[in-house]
Amino acid sequence: MQDTWTLGGRTFTSRFILGSGKYSLKLIEAAVRDAGAEMITLAVRRTNTKESENILDYIPQNVTLLPNTSGARTAEEAVRIARLARELGCGDFVKVEIMRDSKYLLPDNAETVRATSMLADEGFVVLPYMYPDLYAARDLVKAGAAAVMPLASPIGSNRGLAAKDFLQILLDEIELPIIVDAGIGRPSQACEAMEMGASAVMVNTALATAGDLPLMANAFRQAVEAGRNAYRSGLGRVLTRGASASDPLTGFLRD
Amino acid sequence: MEENRFFVDADTLSPEALARKHKLENDPSCRTDPTQYLPGMEVLESDVRERVLSQVASYDPARYTATDVRAALERRTCTVEDLKALLSPAAEPFLEKLACRAKAETEKHFGNTVYLFTPLYLSNYCENYCVYCGFNCYNRIRRGKLTAEQTEHEMQVIASSGMEEILLLTGESRSQSDLTYIGDACRLARKYFRTVGLEVYPVNTDEYRYLHECGADFVTVFQETYDLCAYEKLHLLGHKRVFPYRFDAQERALRGGMRGVAFSALHAYYLQRKYPQAEISLSCPRLRPILNNQTIRPMDVGEKQLCQILCAYRLFLPFAGITVSSRESARFRDGIVRIAATKVSAGVSTGIGDHESKYAGESAENRTGDEQFEIDDARSLNRMYRDLSDGGLQPVLNDSLYV
Repeated sequence: MQDTWTLGGRTFTSRFILGSGKYSLKLIEAAVRDAGAEMITLAVRRTNTKESENILDYIPQNVTLLPNTSGARTAEEAVRIARLARELGCGDFVKVEIMRDSKYLLPDNAETVRATSMLADEGFVVLPYMYPDLYAARDLVKAGAAAVMPLASPIGSNRGLAAKDFLQILLDEIELPIIVDAGIGRPSQACEAMEMGASAVMVNTALATAGDLPLMANAFRQAVEAGRNAYRSGLGRVLTRGASASDPLTGFLRD
Repeated sequence: MEENRFFVDADTLSPEALARKHKLENDPSCRTDPTQYLPGMEVLESDVRERVLSQVASYDPARYTATDVRAALERRTCTVEDLKALLSPAAEPFLEKLACRAKAETEKHFGNTVYLFTPLYLSNYCENYCVYCGFNCYNRIRRGKLTAEQTEHEMQVIASSGMEEILLLTGESRSQSDLTYIGDACRLARKYFRTVGLEVYPVNTDEYRYLHECGADFVTVFQETYDLCAYEKLHLLGHKRVFPYRFDAQERALRGGMRGVAFSALHAYYLQRKYPQAEISLSCPRLRPILNNQTIRPMDVGEKQLCQILCAYRLFLPFAGITVSSRESARFRDGIVRIAATKVSAGVSTGIGDHESKYAGESAENRTGDEQFEIDDARSLNRMYRDLSDGGLQPVLNDSLYV
């Protein structure tokens, strides 16, 4: 049986999603053709009003657009940007990004929960980008999120799964799809996130800054598939402390 | 390097005006106190100025050694002390290394993107006597301001070139270009451009709020120097002479709801800590020749030093935008966008009402008002776009939404 996953009524086979930070035609080509991306993030604030160089024109028809609300500093601003995206013909998917810090670009969880609730009420398929906090994740579920997108490490940092332990808690406790977003710097880290049980990963900088885009895109496809298969097969026993006793400690018990 | 000869007498000045001008230039005691606010100027309760000025006052560039510079280059987060070392003469021999680090930081935060914008000068009336500026009130130039119809026409010409971000400028004259005049221009600009910035005389918080409601999101204010003694000698008359009011302009703009502000590095650092949501950008404009005074040149900052400063800024504030205007040469701008700069202007005129003739490659003698300074890099938007693309960079026309 094919391994698929569903979001907002759409079924995806690829678990590699292209993020938005650094864009070019070549990057989008590599992501779709070589990494197999079926979903691509689009920064609404970057879309051009003019005919030339419109990012929308770069993206193949069969790819799901995921407009994001980057530039929003409050829930209200995020809602306004999401509505604009809908008017631009980007569909009902929206990635909520709310930042009130221009230095680290960390998401504001409280505002994100508010925006998620407002947008879900308006019928959007809401994918909130968040700091991996269990309470906030539960609030996002209650607010009507379609998936939860915790960061792995600061955006653009290529520092990998710095928040690994907290991601694992979310993976263990949250029943919505979890898309690990931000900070994945190399295919091995994408692989690890998938092994842990993530539904998908979002990558941009790591691919955009690679020397050979198609080759790196292919590497990400393989890494994501490898991690996913490992997760599905059930990871083998990993012994963390000493060996297990060949004679069970409880072997003396009679009944 | 040769000293600038700033003072030029126009032959049209009356003997009284000339006498007053000479007195201002030669007799410091007849000038007003640059720390005293004028009537109507909002006084801000803020510690940012104190923090910046005390750092400036205690800065001794000669104190830093190659060891300090090496340590600064190694550190993951650049501190204020590191910035001081990187700006010092001790860092000059490390320029290539500095540029490599700056390039890496720029790519980490901005990829290979370069943003494009163009200025639109609305008026060149000015009530300041800033000795280096072509608009200064004693300089004999053709003065003019655009009517609403002319403004809209200029905007149409610029917008048809494909430009999506505009920076509106005026000379500093509240009587000739009042707040409503600027606000109306912002409203017009919103019709044609995605992003509207302002570089006009500093105003109070409530006035910034008004201009923000009219459609402006970004405010640029230049200070020229944080050394009060030098500031006092360069700004002899007018509102700009009031140092603290000038200094606090960006903070008032942020309080008035503007999304971003532009200035110099240390000032930006303290303000961003206080207003973490603020989008900040930096620039380092050097002096240029002006009409009636071709002798004005960048004094003590050569291209190598300018590069050093911009690289140091990049390491200190990796996330900040850095703008390099058309006052620098095409060669310099082509180089610096690969290292530290993230935004350049194109299709620039610093005159009033001459975009159509300039864009058509005709003489601009029919312009409404003369230019602020001579630009160096006169490339059009199309040309700049092509040059950046050919150089492996990605030109971006817009990255902001007014919400």
